[in-house]
Amino acid sequence: MVELLTSALLLAGALFTFIGALGLVRLKDFYCRLHAPTKATTLGVGSLLLASALWFSTRGTGLSLHEVLVTLFLFITAPVSAHLLAKAALHLRMKSLAPKPESSTAAT
Amino acid sequence: MIRRLLPHPILTPTITAVWLLLVNSLDPGQVLLGLFLGLAVPLFSLRFWPDRVQIRRPLTLLRFCGLVLYDIVAANLTVAWLILRGPARLRPGFVEVPLELTSELAISLLANTICLTPGTVSAWLSPDRRILLVHALDLADAGALIATVKTRYEAPLRQVFDPC
Amino acid sequence: MLSIAILIAFALVGTAFALTLWRLLIGPSAPDRILALDTLAVNAIALLVLFGIQQDSTLYFEAAILIALLGFVGTVALCKYLLRGDIIE
Repeated sequence: MVELLTSALLLAGALFTFIGALGLVRLKDFYCRLHAPTKATTLGVGSLLLASALWFSTRGTGLSLHEVLVTLFLFITAPVSAHLLAKAALHLRMKSLAPKPESSTAAT
Repeated sequence: MIRRLLPHPILTPTITAVWLLLVNSLDPGQVLLGLFLGLAVPLFSLRFWPDRVQIRRPLTLLRFCGLVLYDIVAANLTVAWLILRGPARLRPGFVEVPLELTSELAISLLANTICLTPGTVSAWLSPDRRILLVHALDLADAGALIATVKTRYEAPLRQVFDPC
Repeated sequence: MLSIAILIAFALVGTAFALTLWRLLIGPSAPDRILALDTLAVNAIALLVLFGIQQDSTLYFEAAILIALLGFVGTVALCKYLLRGDIIE
């Protein structure tokens, strides 16, 4: 039962990680590419870590909650780096498929 | 006196919990060390956080966390589908969301939430903290997106953090 | 069954690693490369976690935490450099 659940979580996590990287290669402009890793990868690694916590907690050596820390850290930092990257791209006036609103061009 | 020794009552248990997770044990010694760190770190980092954080409605905050977790999973499925369907049919766009939040913590939490949820990344905050620029991966209706952000995420954050 | 799942997961994450590396090499702009580096750090954490389960050892978490910390700090420093043209002012 535990093995089944762990395997399912592992496969789901790996699939999301893969889709995130696929988006990074496939999408056309930087602002779109930014979406792929911040979402898909966070949940992908999140479910991998959940699988690991589940696996090591049921091995009889006591609860393993290490993984929660890494997951929390990733969920807190991923949006921060995405926001900073978007800000840097706006600052460099990178071209985008979408029209940029007036006020942001004043961003420095 | 208590206020001077415990400048951030929420930070202390958080640091203790993080320490216990890091060493992955519940030994009395580790609990003691965690408590010591939880007391000492806020005292020495007081200069960086002068304002006391106040949580007005813990239940609303808890419900908000649940909502965000659900949205993260939904967002991932949406974005995965959008990527697999191919970039040709995407309609990316920028949206300006007018903000009513005033506290810095609430604004940064809102920006983080937007980054984690369906196909949106917060890109830029105007210097007067009135407008948040959001990039959406597949924008069907700008007005609907603004309304969702305001009612679903901004309203609960206002209730919890903003003085009114 | 778990060993098969781990093998498939290894293949998927490894491919993801290669794709991200491709984006890092072709760029075309500096933010693209930083984004690729950030994603590489996250993928490395995924690989480490998988390896930890396969080897039945929790030792690799310290490494995963370190990579997470360094990846984040590196991304922030590089973004600050792009925004300001300087890291320490």
